[in-house]
Amino acid sequence: MESKVIKQKCELKKTKKQSIKSLMQKYGGYYLMLLPILIYFIIFKYGPMYGIIITFKEFYPLKGIMGSEWVGLEHFKTMFTGLYFWPVFRNTIIISFYKLIWGFPAPILLAIIINEIKAAKFKKVAQTVSYMPHFLSWVIVSGIVIEMLSPTRGPINYFLTLLGQEPIYFVADPNWFRTVLVASGIWQGVGWGSIIYLAAISGIDPQLYEAASIDGARRIQKITYITLPSLKPVVVIMLIFACGGIIKDNFEQIYNLLNLKVYSVGDVISTYTYEQGLVNLQYSYSTAVGLFKNIISFALVITANSIAKRVSEYAIW
Amino acid sequence: MRIKKTYDDYIVDFISYSVLIILCISIILPFMQIITISLSPPAQVTSYGLKLFPKEITFEGYRKIANNSLLWTGYKNTIMVTILGTAINVFFTCLGAYPLSKKNLPGRNMITAFIVFTMYFGGGLIPTYMLNKSLGLINSMWVFILPGLVGSYNMIITRNFFMSLPSSLEESARVDGAGLFRIFLVIILPLSKPIIATIALWYGVGHWNSWFSSMLYMTDRSKHLLQYVLRMILFEGTKVDEGAVEIDQVIVNTETMKMAALLVATVPILCVYPFIQKYFVKGVMVGSLKG
Repeated sequence: MESKVIKQKCELKKTKKQSIKSLMQKYGGYYLMLLPILIYFIIFKYGPMYGIIITFKEFYPLKGIMGSEWVGLEHFKTMFTGLYFWPVFRNTIIISFYKLIWGFPAPILLAIIINEIKAAKFKKVAQTVSYMPHFLSWVIVSGIVIEMLSPTRGPINYFLTLLGQEPIYFVADPNWFRTVLVASGIWQGVGWGSIIYLAAISGIDPQLYEAASIDGARRIQKITYITLPSLKPVVVIMLIFACGGIIKDNFEQIYNLLNLKVYSVGDVISTYTYEQGLVNLQYSYSTAVGLFKNIISFALVITANSIAKRVSEYAIW
Repeated sequence: MRIKKTYDDYIVDFISYSVLIILCISIILPFMQIITISLSPPAQVTSYGLKLFPKEITFEGYRKIANNSLLWTGYKNTIMVTILGTAINVFFTCLGAYPLSKKNLPGRNMITAFIVFTMYFGGGLIPTYMLNKSLGLINSMWVFILPGLVGSYNMIITRNFFMSLPSSLEESARVDGAGLFRIFLVIILPLSKPIIATIALWYGVGHWNSWFSSMLYMTDRSKHLLQYVLRMILFEGTKVDEGAVEIDQVIVNTETMKMAALLVATVPILCVYPFIQKYFVKGVMVGSLKG
C-alpha cells in the first residue's frame, strides 16, 4: 500500500520533470525569439533605471557610478528648498493645465464638425490638410510659428498694425508665451487628435439618427442628444489619461520655442532637467528632478488607469 | 423624400464649414508665406505683411542652402537612419510581439508587464545619456537606432494583431514540418502587412523628425541629422550650440535662406504624406483597440 503511494509520487515527479522538458521543447523557440528583445529592454530601458542611484550620490563622471560618494537625500533637499525648482514645477503644471482645458476639447469639436460636413470631397481634403502638421517635426513647426508671429514680418502682427495696434513679439513676451504654446499645440495636433473621436462617431448606429429625424429632431438636437452622449465613453477615457499626463510636458515643443525672455514662464521640468544636467553638468541634481517627475507621472498614470478600468472596459492593462 | 433645410441646418452648416475652412487656411497660409519668403530677395522680406506670392523671384536662398554641406550630410544621414532604422525596428518589434501573442506561453503576462512597465517609468535623461555614453554610442550612428530599437506601445499593438490571426495556418505549417522561425517569416509576416505598414510609418516618421539625439550624442558635425542641422540654421544667433558655429557661418542667416532650408527639410514629408495618411489613420484605429 505504502509502496504504491511512493510509486505514484515518483511517477508524478517524473511527469513534472518531463513536462518541463516538453515545455521547453514546445516553447523554447519562442523564448529564443524573445531573447534579443528582453536583452534590449534590460540594457536600454532598465539600464537607465539603475543609473537613478546617482541621485543619492555626488556623481563625478571620472569616479563612475559605483565610485561616487553617497550623499543621501541631499539633492532632493536642494531641489525642494532651492530657488528654481518650484517656479519650474509651477510652469509645468500651469502649461499642462492650459493645454488640457483648451487643447482637450478641440479635437472633439473638430470631429463633430467634420462629421457634420456632407460634401464628401471637401471633407476629405479638409481632413487631409488638418492632419498634416502632425507629421512635421517640432523644429519645423517652431520655425513656422516664429516666422508667423514675427514682430517685423509676421502676418499676424501685420493685421494688428492695420487695426492700429502695436506689434506684439508673441514668442518673446512672457504674457503671451503660454498662449503660443497652447495654440501651436492645438494647431499641430487637433486634426490628428480628432481621428479617434471620428472613429467613435462612425460606430454610432445610423438608425438612431433616422429615428430621431422621424421624431422631428433638428440637427443641433441630434448632435446634443445622440452624437455627444455616444462619444462620452471615449471622451471620459481620453480625459482620464490626459489628466494622468498632466506633469509630462512636451520637451520638443517647448525647448524649440523657449528663449531667455520667457524663461520665467516657459521653463518646465524637462527643459530644466536638460539645462541642469547636460549644460550645467549637475548630473545628480538633474537626475533627482527627473526622478521626482517620473514618480509623480507614474503615480498619476496608475491612478488614471485604475479609474479608467472602473468606469469602462477601456484600460491599458 | 427631400427634407427642407431648417434654420438649424443653416447654423450647423455655416459653423462647420467656416471652422474647417479657417483651420485649413491657418495650415496652408504659413506654407505659402514660407515659400514666398524663400523665393524673395532678402531685402523684400524684412517688412510686414502677408506674402502669398513673391513679387520678384530669386533662388539666392536656395543657392546658399545648396552650398551648405552640413544640410546635405544631414539629409544623407537622415535618409540612411530612416531606412535602416525602420527596417530594424519593424523586424525586432514583430519578433518580440510574435511569442507574446501565444496565449499559453508560460510567463507571457510577466514578460508583457516587464515591457509595459517601461512605457510609464524610465531612468530619465541623464541616466540614459550616461548609459549611451558608456556603451560607446557617442558619435556612432547606432545611437539613432539601438536605444529606440523597440517601442513598447508598437509591440503591444503588433501583439494584438498577431493574436487575431487564425492559428490553423500555423498548425498546418507545423504539420508540414516548418520550424518556428520559418513560420514567423513565411506565414506570419506576410499576413501582417497592415500592422507592419502602420508601425513602419510611425517609426519612419519618428526617425525623419528626430533631432534631439543628434544634439545630445553627436559632436562630429558630419554625423548630424537633418532636423538638427535645420535647427542650427533656423535658430542660429539664438542660444543654440554657440560653440559649434563655424567661422564662415557666423554671419546670421537671412530669412530667405532659413525658409529655403525649412522647405527643403519639409518637402519629402509633404510629398509622401498624402499617400501614407490613410495608413496612419488605420493605424490609429488599430492602436485604439483595447490592449
